[in-house]
Amino acid sequence: MVNRSTCAYCGVGCGIEIHTNSDGSTSVKGDFEHPANFGKLCSKGSSLAHTLTGEGRLLHPKINGLRASWEQATHYVASEFKRIIAEHGPGAVAFYVSGQLLTEDYYVANKLMKGFIGSANIDTNSRLCMSSAVAAYKRAFGEDSVPASYEDLEIADLIVLTGSNTAWCHPILFQRIKSAKAARPHMKVVVIDPRRTATCEIADLHLAIKPGTDVALFNGLLHYLQVSGKTDAQYIQQHCEGFEAAITSARQAGDIQQVAALCDLPATDVADFYQWFADTERTLTCFSQGINQSSQGTDKGNAIINCHLATGRVGKPGASPFSLTGQPNAMGGREVGGLANQLAAHMEFEPQDLKQVSEFWQAPNIARTPGLKAVDLFDAVADGTVKAVWVMGTNPAVSLPNAGKVVKALQQAELLVVSDCIETTDTSAYAQVLLPAAGWGEKDGTVTNSERCISRQKAALEPLGEARQDWRILTDVAAAMGFAEHFPYRTAADVFREHARLTGLNRNSHRKLDLGKLAVLSEQQYNELAPVQWPVLDKTGSPRLYGDGHFSTASGKARFVAVAYTGVSHPVSPDWPLALNTGRIRDQWHTMTRTALAPPLNAHKPEPFVEIHPETATEMGLEDQKLARIQSPWGSAILRINITDSLRPGELFVPMHWNDQWARGARIGELVNPAVDPISGQPESKHTPCRIEPWHPQWSAVMLSRDNLPIPDCDYAAKIRGKHFYRYELAGGDTVTSLPAQAQQFAGADEAASVLYQDPRQPALRGAWLDAEGLRTCIYIGPGNSGIIANADRNWLSGLFGKPELDAIERKALLSGKSPAGVEDCGRTVCACFGVGEKTILKAIREHQLTDAAAVGKHLKAGTNCGSCVSEIKGLLAAQ
Amino acid sequence: MRRHAVKTESSKPKLVFVGNGMAGTRTLEELLALTPDKYAISVIGEEHFGNYNRIMLSPVLAGEKTIENIMLNDDEWYRRNNVVFYKGEQAVAIDRVKRQVTTRNGKCIPYDRLVLATGSTPFRIPVPGNNLTNVLTFRDIDDVNNMLQLSRHKQHAAVIGGGLLGLEAANGLRKQGMDVTVVHAYDAILNRQLDKTASRLLQDTLEQKGIRFLMNAATDSIQGNTNNEVCGLKFKDGRQLVVDMVVMATGVQPNVALAKSSGLQCDRGILVNDVMQSFDPAIYAVGECVQHRGQLFGLVAPGYDQARVCANHLAEMGIARYTQKALATQLKITGIQAFSAGQFDHVPDSEEITFFDGQLGHYKKLVIKDNRLVGAVLYGDTQDGGWFFDLIQQQTDISPIRDQLIFGKDFCQWPEQATAPLPAAA
Repeated sequence: MVNRSTCAYCGVGCGIEIHTNSDGSTSVKGDFEHPANFGKLCSKGSSLAHTLTGEGRLLHPKINGLRASWEQATHYVASEFKRIIAEHGPGAVAFYVSGQLLTEDYYVANKLMKGFIGSANIDTNSRLCMSSAVAAYKRAFGEDSVPASYEDLEIADLIVLTGSNTAWCHPILFQRIKSAKAARPHMKVVVIDPRRTATCEIADLHLAIKPGTDVALFNGLLHYLQVSGKTDAQYIQQHCEGFEAAITSARQAGDIQQVAALCDLPATDVADFYQWFADTERTLTCFSQGINQSSQGTDKGNAIINCHLATGRVGKPGASPFSLTGQPNAMGGREVGGLANQLAAHMEFEPQDLKQVSEFWQAPNIARTPGLKAVDLFDAVADGTVKAVWVMGTNPAVSLPNAGKVVKALQQAELLVVSDCIETTDTSAYAQVLLPAAGWGEKDGTVTNSERCISRQKAALEPLGEARQDWRILTDVAAAMGFAEHFPYRTAADVFREHARLTGLNRNSHRKLDLGKLAVLSEQQYNELAPVQWPVLDKTGSPRLYGDGHFSTASGKARFVAVAYTGVSHPVSPDWPLALNTGRIRDQWHTMTRTALAPPLNAHKPEPFVEIHPETATEMGLEDQKLARIQSPWGSAILRINITDSLRPGELFVPMHWNDQWARGARIGELVNPAVDPISGQPESKHTPCRIEPWHPQWSAVMLSRDNLPIPDCDYAAKIRGKHFYRYELAGGDTVTSLPAQAQQFAGADEAASVLYQDPRQPALRGAWLDAEGLRTCIYIGPGNSGIIANADRNWLSGLFGKPELDAIERKALLSGKSPAGVEDCGRTVCACFGVGEKTILKAIREHQLTDAAAVGKHLKAGTNCGSCVSEIKGLLAAQ
Repeated sequence: MRRHAVKTESSKPKLVFVGNGMAGTRTLEELLALTPDKYAISVIGEEHFGNYNRIMLSPVLAGEKTIENIMLNDDEWYRRNNVVFYKGEQAVAIDRVKRQVTTRNGKCIPYDRLVLATGSTPFRIPVPGNNLTNVLTFRDIDDVNNMLQLSRHKQHAAVIGGGLLGLEAANGLRKQGMDVTVVHAYDAILNRQLDKTASRLLQDTLEQKGIRFLMNAATDSIQGNTNNEVCGLKFKDGRQLVVDMVVMATGVQPNVALAKSSGLQCDRGILVNDVMQSFDPAIYAVGECVQHRGQLFGLVAPGYDQARVCANHLAEMGIARYTQKALATQLKITGIQAFSAGQFDHVPDSEEITFFDGQLGHYKKLVIKDNRLVGAVLYGDTQDGGWFFDLIQQQTDISPIRDQLIFGKDFCQWPEQATAPLPAAA
């Protein structure tokens, strides 16, 4: 059976086919008909089937750790929310939701919080992702509307990828660009990124910009466009406002030399970029977290958009400013109003909009003012203003900046409800109520990708255990709170139709979001809905917006925004001399709750690491592949050192993914400064001042086990799931008194190791547990600088799991940690005195044409001591 | 032809060997290899056999080999090498002034050089009843034949002594279908060759083969029946054991009776210098009968080393000196691998690297002192024993390979300059 759906991961929103095989197993393939990917999938998407396991799933509702029925849990959540609202007002409760939720889930959450609880305290992890882009679009176009389409990637003549490691974060779009460039060699790609990322593979020009100086670079560009006469005066005049102020401000950036100096770039490179931009009509500027995750992210977005407005390159084939969103349904969440500063359906907290929405929802108690944005929201939980928070499908304990403070806030919240498909996350650890949500593959609804394309995400599997659709969980709680008549949904389609109808109210406004045509879909039509880009004014949808120069503002004109470079919130200083950058890696997603379950995805970058330039590493006394402690004023982490010249000196890069479920001491969110963009509220996750020093463990260890063991509490730990095994990289700053006891504890074994190696001096211990099914666990512990730990052949050891039995050589080699490749089985011992085996003797006889026992003795010593085996050697000679 | 040979022989200096065991015969072989014609050689052998591999008596007892299998040199070999072989003759006196050896049969055999290779005599513990009928020792072919014969109609055997020989005897008798108890005066068998752990593993293995052990058992007396046949053992702590056969495997003593009676300087063994010469420069001694720099010898390896030196000196080359080396021992029981070498028990200022595979019953211990391997005990997997033994003897600094050392040569890579010999070009 084949179900068409969409991928769970990034904002590309690839179409997939879930094949359910006759044995119940599933496999995932790309959907050749989906306009985002035309059948292609990246490494993460290809491994989706690996994540469809029951492993780690939350299967039943739980209250205070005890299993509860849905009725009990729903009632508990509803009554606790009601009590807290009654005692402290609606501002004392909040929802923190996720770009992983489907539009239907989002819609019900938003309606419940804003419409019926009467608070706008609903924000989403999209805040961390593209809220700056949203704010920039709204300031420029009057609406959160992406003007471009993926096909622009193929028809543009210049693609500027700024703050976007497209190759790893939007791999399918990268592949599309790469193919287009191969087909149209004159197409140019400029990558603007402090790091030389994998994306630079296709770059004609890489600008390794100084972090945080993007506004200056694009202001410089705007200024250059104007002084070189490349602006489209007619377009500006007819379709835009505010150009004078913007150009006045941009002029402050100075000429190319000045821009190059400020951005720490070669002037010739800046000149090339400016000239290419000026000369190329079909220019597409794609931007992502490198722009958005900044205390000046909104201004950066507008600095980019200003350049496109000045050249009239908005919504035209191959020419637009194009925000690539991070999450699969960040856009869908924005459409329903999932951000605290939006109302619903792109409507705002304006009197007219409030009136329309409250009438549509029949919600007189509708929230009148924006709520708390993510960082502020958890600050409010920390200071007790917000008493109850319901976290849905996201992991703020890992992903928010200053995550240590977030953890404290979660710990002290009066009520923390977490609905998730995974039972144990760094966030759920503090929840009083756990609600099992359907996971990807079980969820049913719609998502909107980066190009405004709405696709069906369809269930191929029954929800595991008692898991339910998020919209249903919310609907039931809404009913239990007394709002049953306003939440009458029986199916996802019921929710979708209402959402579409609400967007239809925009038809008579300047706003573009309008799915009105979809409000009348039958269940079957909804199920079979083909991917379509909004606004859906007819059957074909809308590939591009604003190409006609008519924008979503009241005047219909786009707005230039005067922006000025201000620099980062917390610059480096003598005490904190390095700049910490964070981001994604190719094969992990967010906080790894799913991707870490897929063995193929853990092989690329198995451990949490810090990248550092060789010069800086030398300066700081760091060695490649050793461990380092990184500290910022907000927290610290211990990570594996990767020395690479792909970074600028003085800067560090750390992946955002690792957390307490797969590591210890590696939650980089703890270090990230809490500065946010004043307009979007998006944190400055790309720049935190910090310092780094070598961290010398007292001991280090590597353990592999077929069992899913808890991560030991030590200073550094990384757990890696492989095929048939889990690997644990461990290190501690403490002194271990008893290594055998420690090893046994790490291995979770009741009995001593089946095979044990001990060296008291080091002190070093290696142990293995074997049973009827083969190798169960092996562990290698040594002192901090132990070569055996670093050199243990992890690949070879990994391969031993899943074997029903180890052969004699493998078993002998096991605790050496080294592959016995090339070591020959010497066979049954013939000469006991010198330990010479039968096969060794036969080989020597063959290779050296030995004819008597004395010759064998001369070669191998065999038989030359006690002589007991001489007759046997003679027998072997005779047999040859 | 023969006459001519005899005539030629008579003009050569006369070399006489007393003893036809492993050390003596090896000396003869080494000498023949160096200088086949230098001496007119005679060998006086007390046993009624040619030269055989005494170590292989255990497999013979176990029924895994025959006497024929373990013969090294038959009568033809002596003839071929022009060696006069007095088989079954016992040398009873040496006249050092006349330089001649007298045998029990009254033969007088003159010598210019004499090699004493009289070996050792099994030690019978001095308890009442130690000479009862069916109380045997385990030294030579006659002993083995006696045991094999008794095993056919006796059922309960006790082997006194849990050393190498005792265990091999016990295993052999068990293989012959007897009910065997090893009586050992200490708390661990092979306590001189193995450490406690290896000893325990070995005992477990042997117990699985059906051999019983009485540990810490000091024999008080051996009981006999009215026919003077052994019927039981009594121990100092009051324990008793009903048996109808006893094998004493409580060690050996150098056989120095002949040397002593001829006035040669002896302590526990015949005193020899570094070229295996006794205080009488015409008389050499090799093997288990000698005492060299205070040390006695019970293994074949030092006997062979001595043979090489002695032959070198007899050949008048005079470039070899005997130096004692660390010793490696192996237990010769089929299916059991046990090895030890060097110092391995409570060596001061040493570190012990251990490897233990409880399921396979493999155990290894390496004793490291000042970055040198000084001792090794291996049980179960003794394949690398020889290599460890080399490292011990060569005093190699093992610090670069310490982490992999115990896994054997194949797993150790020497950094840069290869200390280990390179394999022949492939």
